[in-house]
Amino acid sequence: MNNRKSEGILAEFENPAELIHAAEKLRDANYNDFDCHSPFPIHGMDRAMGEKRSILGWIVGPVAFIMAIFGFLFEGWTSVIAYPLVISGKPLFSYPAFGVVAFALMILFSAFTSLFGMLALNKLPRYHHPVFYSDNFSKVSDNGFFVSIEATDAKYADDDAKNFLISIGGKNIEFLIDND
Amino acid sequence: MRVCGVSVKDTTTLLLDEEPLITGNQTFSSITEKISGIVEGETNKIWFILLGLTSSLALMFFGSMGFLFWEGVGIWGVNNPVGWGWSIVNFVFWVGIGHAGTLISAILFIFRQKWRTSINRFAEAMTLFAVVCALIFPGIHVGRIWIAYYMFPLPNQMAMWPNFRSPLLWDVFAVGTYFAVSLMFWYTGLIPDLATLRDRAKTRFRKMILAIFALGWRGGNKQWKNYEFAYLLLAALSTPLVLSVHSVVSADFASAVIPGWHTTIFPPYFVAGAIFSGFAMVMTLAIIARKVYKLEHIITVNHLEKMTKIIMLTGMMVGYAYAIEFFVAWYSGNVFESFTFVNRAFGPYAWAYWIMVSCNVIIPQLFWFKKIRTSVPIMFVISILVNIGMWFERFVITVSSLANDFLPSSWDYYSPTVWDISLLIGSFGLFFSLFLLFIRFLPMISIAEVKGVLPQADPHYYEITKNRSRDE
Repeated sequence: MNNRKSEGILAEFENPAELIHAAEKLRDANYNDFDCHSPFPIHGMDRAMGEKRSILGWIVGPVAFIMAIFGFLFEGWTSVIAYPLVISGKPLFSYPAFGVVAFALMILFSAFTSLFGMLALNKLPRYHHPVFYSDNFSKVSDNGFFVSIEATDAKYADDDAKNFLISIGGKNIEFLIDND
Repeated sequence: MRVCGVSVKDTTTLLLDEEPLITGNQTFSSITEKISGIVEGETNKIWFILLGLTSSLALMFFGSMGFLFWEGVGIWGVNNPVGWGWSIVNFVFWVGIGHAGTLISAILFIFRQKWRTSINRFAEAMTLFAVVCALIFPGIHVGRIWIAYYMFPLPNQMAMWPNFRSPLLWDVFAVGTYFAVSLMFWYTGLIPDLATLRDRAKTRFRKMILAIFALGWRGGNKQWKNYEFAYLLLAALSTPLVLSVHSVVSADFASAVIPGWHTTIFPPYFVAGAIFSGFAMVMTLAIIARKVYKLEHIITVNHLEKMTKIIMLTGMMVGYAYAIEFFVAWYSGNVFESFTFVNRAFGPYAWAYWIMVSCNVIIPQLFWFKKIRTSVPIMFVISILVNIGMWFERFVITVSSLANDFLPSSWDYYSPTVWDISLLIGSFGLFFSLFLLFIRFLPMISIAEVKGVLPQADPHYYEITKNRSRDE
């Protein structure tokens, strides 16, 4: 082993059930900066890890509300103030006609916020991460189930973490060390 | 132990003995292997031949557009009074095709229909490509393409703003939003699968490109948590959107005073028709794809049968709308309305009307028979007939109403020119070229989502199998 400090530790588990049990034990052992990696989302994992519900809805909701109002007012402003033009004798402020575009703008910006908000909350794109030091980790998008603990965790110490992961059934344990 | 009055043992038996969605005893890696294999393997010879054919047609599409811009819309068969010809027919047709993709990806997701996972990815891709074709037609229909940007509310030196009271402008926003949201939804679904391809990439260049688009996805649950929420939100946003888009398209017609257009049934009728035609297109593509790439275990006959049921249901809705239109035309006592509908069925466009009725109302009734619902060749033929019928529906609505409106002295018969035909066929070329490129370079089935519906993805599965082997 070279002298570089490890940036975390990675352990592999057999299947989703084992990964969930591991998550529960890590949560109970008061680890915080750990994550459970799997090829697909596992039902019940949030509770096992002690994760709170995503806050994305609180970001998208206000955006939807603001954009619907903005769309409506914008249509009113262009039709009544900026470019008043009588067409087929209709009133300038034909508010029933403004619903569609206001709705479309609400949906459009909410969707943008959902995608980009999700990426922001996940801190993506991020092309460099300690877990990628492991070659074995490439299985995560195929059939691999992994637990990673980052060295930033307050409780983290190389040997303790290793022993703990062994005790909860982790296999192929490796320290995440930049060896390029 | 008993939960909700059922012993846990019973429910576990149910869970295990339920007929699996994905057949052939697949494992996580066999799914990865199967679907990524299509993208990573050698290019099929048939693929080259097909792409050659479709891209030639796409080239014809662009060539015809070039001539259209040079010469003007006079090259089309549009006349006075039929100012809306095939262009608008094609627009409505292509938007409609797109709807099934969103229905599968969004509405079936919200209803927790797990069978959608085998078909949602390429149905979404189909939506995107159909909407691309759809957006082109009204764009080129404006005649002076170089001022098409007038449709967008851009500040300009003329201090001019678009007319937000016009349904045609609503279309710009509705269909534009539809495209953007579908693209985002599709890409969101692709992120974990791009990570799969990235992790399997053999060459450095391939890995780099895929890594860029996979955004550094690590599949950690802290990411999945937000990801799943975003997916849910996008589905929840797409659901009202997809229902609104074709309603807005129908408002192009319904808000005009032309007899045969000016009815309130149009929005639901158009939406049902859109889902009907879209599902037929998904079915056509799915049948070809599963045959060529041997995906029978992932897109099973069970999946196809479920689609035939939706086609039959929406076909009956469309048939009901045709009947109600006739009833209301008679019941309204309006002579112009009554005349329009009698004229549709027995006038100069009767041939188109009866093609529409036979393909959309009569032929899908064959799906009442289980034998036909499970016969792949027959459903393939029916799916194509449905799309022919749905194209004719838009033709009948657009052209027959305009050709014979209020004043007999202004009546005229509409016939397409060679340019109308080349643009329609060309748009199919573009659609299929994009689709072929998609199935060659991107996973056409959602790898992560299909894994998620395998029985072994459920953490309880391991407990149950363990208990079961102990009992035995």
